[in-house]
Amino acid sequence: MTIKLGVPSKGRLMDKTFAWFGARGVILRKSGTEREYAGVVDGVDCVELVLLSAGEIPRELAAGRIHLGVTGSDLVREKLANWDQRVRELALMGFGGADLIIAVPQAWVDVDTLDDLDAAAAAFRRTHGFRMRIATKYHRLVQEFLRENGVADYQLVDSQGATEGTVKNETAEAVADITSTGETLRANFLKVLSDGMIHASQATLFKSLTAEWSDEDRTTLARLKVMLDL
Amino acid sequence: MRGAVAKSAARAEAARLMAHFADAGAVPVETALLQPAETLLDLYGEDIRARAYVTADPLRGEQMLRPDFTVPVVQMHMQSMAEPARYSYAGEVFRKQEMDETRPTEYLQAGFEVFAADDPADRDAEVFSVITNALAPLKLRAVTGDIGVLLAAVQGLATTQARRAALTRHLWRPARFRALLDRFGGRTEAPASRAALLAASDPFAKAGVEVGLRSHAEVAARIHTLRTDAATPPISDEQRALIDAILSLRETAPNVLIALRDISVDLPHVGPAVDRLSARLDALDARGVDVETLAFEGSYGRTSMEYYDGFVFGLYADDRPELPPVATGGRYDALTRVLGQGRGVPAVGGVIRPELVVQLRGGS
Repeated sequence: MTIKLGVPSKGRLMDKTFAWFGARGVILRKSGTEREYAGVVDGVDCVELVLLSAGEIPRELAAGRIHLGVTGSDLVREKLANWDQRVRELALMGFGGADLIIAVPQAWVDVDTLDDLDAAAAAFRRTHGFRMRIATKYHRLVQEFLRENGVADYQLVDSQGATEGTVKNETAEAVADITSTGETLRANFLKVLSDGMIHASQATLFKSLTAEWSDEDRTTLARLKVMLDL
Repeated sequence: MRGAVAKSAARAEAARLMAHFADAGAVPVETALLQPAETLLDLYGEDIRARAYVTADPLRGEQMLRPDFTVPVVQMHMQSMAEPARYSYAGEVFRKQEMDETRPTEYLQAGFEVFAADDPADRDAEVFSVITNALAPLKLRAVTGDIGVLLAAVQGLATTQARRAALTRHLWRPARFRALLDRFGGRTEAPASRAALLAASDPFAKAGVEVGLRSHAEVAARIHTLRTDAATPPISDEQRALIDAILSLRETAPNVLIALRDISVDLPHVGPAVDRLSARLDALDARGVDVETLAFEGSYGRTSMEYYDGFVFGLYADDRPELPPVATGGRYDALTRVLGQGRGVPAVGGVIRPELVVQLRGGS
């Protein structure tokens, strides 16, 4: 039997994942041509490489179709209810860092905290007759965060890209999005709330708690963990 | 097969409850399974998405699988406005269970709702006794409360209307309510950024380019509100203690009444709400409810869906603490005003979960 390791199938996330494993003696590479999504693992036996879109890795882990997977911790928390009962974090890998934050226009000089946002949302609803719109693709994380912090009178509007532009286009009043440097936010005249950090995400190696783990698989995992210094 | 047997037992129980409600004068009504999401989202906010199934219709937009009957029954009643009206219903409701997979996502509710302006105390008592009588052999424990007392207490605080409104808005979010009460009471500092904003000679110095729908005037209005608030003296420790005293009440109803009478000496604004509680207890007594031992909790109903604004109650099986309440209910006058665009009807109702009744009888 082999254990299946799911890794992002392209881009910087794939390159850095390959480098992270390579530095620890586990050589991951694509087999065949550059365009083919099949992979090979050298340096450790009984591990099979599965190349997947980073966004699909949480689902595959939860379904137990892969034993291990590398993806952003934000994606696991967003896509899996009760994520910590379905997967376990084995290693924070130290790259792919990005913060899921709430940002509002810089011109809102009266809004710096979630408390301000809540008060502004109440007044906004009275003035405009609808709930303040927050554009995001992270519906679960944002809604949980705002509920825990007692923010009301808002609505989430879906935005799958160019989220920072929604405020200028007046399809949203605020945004909840991933940022690494904040440059795009500033370019769109937005600022981050001082207590608006929802989740500091990074690439993470996850173990599926729902996959079938035979004795042999456990031995393989133990060996892999020694190599990865976990 | 076991699921099918349980379902048909629950349906039979729902039918029995419908007959019981018919004896109490209720007219059976039906509502659609698919409800427009917009109405429910406007009422409950985004939080309801974590509890209700949302689905999309290409023409009608977002639809929700009925999370409860109250809203559609109120809407139906607001069109006819015939009074007094008593309705009964039974059918599936759907609730997402993100935290606990053992809880059902689809279950029956059988309910009884009364829309009537006359004698609200007796209407409260009527709903309570119709629901409890339907379940009498199960020996359930009743817990009651009164959101109206809390609302009145907040409205009676000696402070600005803005602060009272902020507290009222968060009455159903206990942690947030506490944080606001502490800040208005001067127990916690305002954030440093707010102090800096209010101290600035030109608060708009760093405003930069204005984007979005929320205008300069709206920001200026909020700064004005913040300035007014900063100049407002704190809510006194005595007044905060009165709110705490009401929230921490856990006693038999007659003892609570005595305690609230004491509180109303210092907070006269709760007087009328306490009178209503007193009248309700009399009405319950007249209907044969054992008021002497009836439990009352000052915080009861604060964490449920935020439409109750008066009497609230729940019935619990003490030997099955893992089960949710078998029945819940309460008064929701304000909800009818929201759904009726200002035109309201005094309304009170309760629902029973037939599956739980069957389980408690030992059916499964």
